[in-house]
Amino acid sequence: MVAGWFTEGGDDREFRLLGTRCGACSAVFFPREDSFCRNPACAGGELTEVPLSKRGRVWSYTAGRYRPPAPYVSDPEAEWEPYTLVAVELEAERMVVLGQAVTGVAVADLSVGAEVEVVAGILSEDADTEWTTWYWRPVEEAR
Amino acid sequence: MNDVAVLGAGMHRWGKWGRSFVEYGTAAARAALADAGIDWQDVRSVVGADTVRGGYPGHVAGATFARALGWQGARVTSVYAACASGAQAIDSARAQILAGMAEVVLVVGADSAPKGFFAPAGGDRPDDPDWLRFRLLGATNPAYFALYARRRMALHGDTLDDFARVKVKNAAAGALNPYARYRTAVSAGQVASSAVVADPLRLLDICATSDGGAALVLSSMEYARRHGAGDPVRIRAVSTVTPTYPRTVLDLPDIATDSAAAVEPPAPGFRESIARAAYEEAALGPEDLSLAEVYDLSTALELEWYEDLGLCGTGDGAALLREGATALGGRIPVNASGGLASFGEAVPAQAIAQVCELTWQLRGTAGERQVAGARAGITTNQGLFGHGSAVVAVR
Ligand SMILES: [Zn+2]
Repeated sequence: MVAGWFTEGGDDREFRLLGTRCGACSAVFFPREDSFCRNPACAGGELTEVPLSKRGRVWSYTAGRYRPPAPYVSDPEAEWEPYTLVAVELEAERMVVLGQAVTGVAVADLSVGAEVEVVAGILSEDADTEWTTWYWRPVEEAR
Repeated sequence: MNDVAVLGAGMHRWGKWGRSFVEYGTAAARAALADAGIDWQDVRSVVGADTVRGGYPGHVAGATFARALGWQGARVTSVYAACASGAQAIDSARAQILAGMAEVVLVVGADSAPKGFFAPAGGDRPDDPDWLRFRLLGATNPAYFALYARRRMALHGDTLDDFARVKVKNAAAGALNPYARYRTAVSAGQVASSAVVADPLRLLDICATSDGGAALVLSSMEYARRHGAGDPVRIRAVSTVTPTYPRTVLDLPDIATDSAAAVEPPAPGFRESIARAAYEEAALGPEDLSLAEVYDLSTALELEWYEDLGLCGTGDGAALLREGATALGGRIPVNASGGLASFGEAVPAQAIAQVCELTWQLRGTAGERQVAGARAGITTNQGLFGHGSAVVAVR
């Protein structure tokens, strides 16, 4: 559905979001920008794929208590399970990326500035396909 | 001076009426024309703020209202800029007047909004950021409002009580406004006991979707004088700026910000730059304002606008609210109309409705919610996909 937004295969330790970087001004883009550099001061350079930082710090977070409308995929027959959204600041890229938190992480488990890392997960599945996506997971201090 | 005159303002009361937006817009237009004392057939240009259904402006607003009012050959313009549509309609009308293309222009916006969360148009459209944020993340509009609210709590120490206080204030003002959808007082307890929609925001922290319509009759200053309006309310500035790269605050409908790795972020953020552009064009500042109408999609967002408008320093929004400065009777009332908290969103109408309120306040005809001696006011608003808008009106 969104080809090339993250690495495919491999395990959680290697999983990364993929962006692009402009060869002329080194601006980074996520979701990937493959057509043109969006820095207004840049004449435009070659855009090459780069993995984004695996870890970042929580910029903000929330939990959706109501079922979002389509095109979000959820089973209307099943009881609605609130999910947590986390906006994460990546230090090297100096950008904020929004994602869902891994299942089971509630707002009480998060705080602005806390460290999280990106992991792979299942967005939804139908008879033919398992749609993968990225999730943010709190980094445990002790590890 | 690049002033244009506001000869007439009109609205259809907001609510859930279940009728076509054409009815609301036409009623508002007729009210604005009557207020201006101008015959529809004397209007030589009409500008409509588009109502979009299914991603396609099936009813292209300018012509839809011109047809409903009766085809009479006027120049027509239709504009779409999401929530900033109304301000861009005003801007188009003003540009025509200042360029000498039209002397008197009717501006109309109206909507009948679907119930519940706003959702993108149907079909699989992975190249559309609005579609993507719903499909991949289930990130509704309230989710973004909640992210801003939670960050304010962490950075500035705002509390849920502060957010509730905004609703209490705006509901008290809205109770005095005959055009508002909600006309009853709300207590802090009622906010606190309403359901959490997007943590930490509750149902009463977030504006509803509504039906409604608003219209203005704008003219050149010369036309206003000839028409016997010697001292009309004047629009002195309209800001329709875009952000400056890199935009570093996560904003609807994007799922990521620009990266600031290559270019330092601009000193004033996007929302702040919207007001700055209006102040600069109007040659006045926040200290000159009598009132402000801001885009309170959520209670927490209203506090952010105080800071972006320069009514107080960064992080001081809640303190300004707590001291009563932004309530009716305070130093700088904000959302004297009751705001979106009392109206709800009728997307193409709301930026026009904000200017209707300024018009009535500056004329001194706002009744029980009148801001004493109002001389200057600002509206501010933000449309999806990087549309800023602010309007300055003076008397
Ligand atoms: Zn570049």
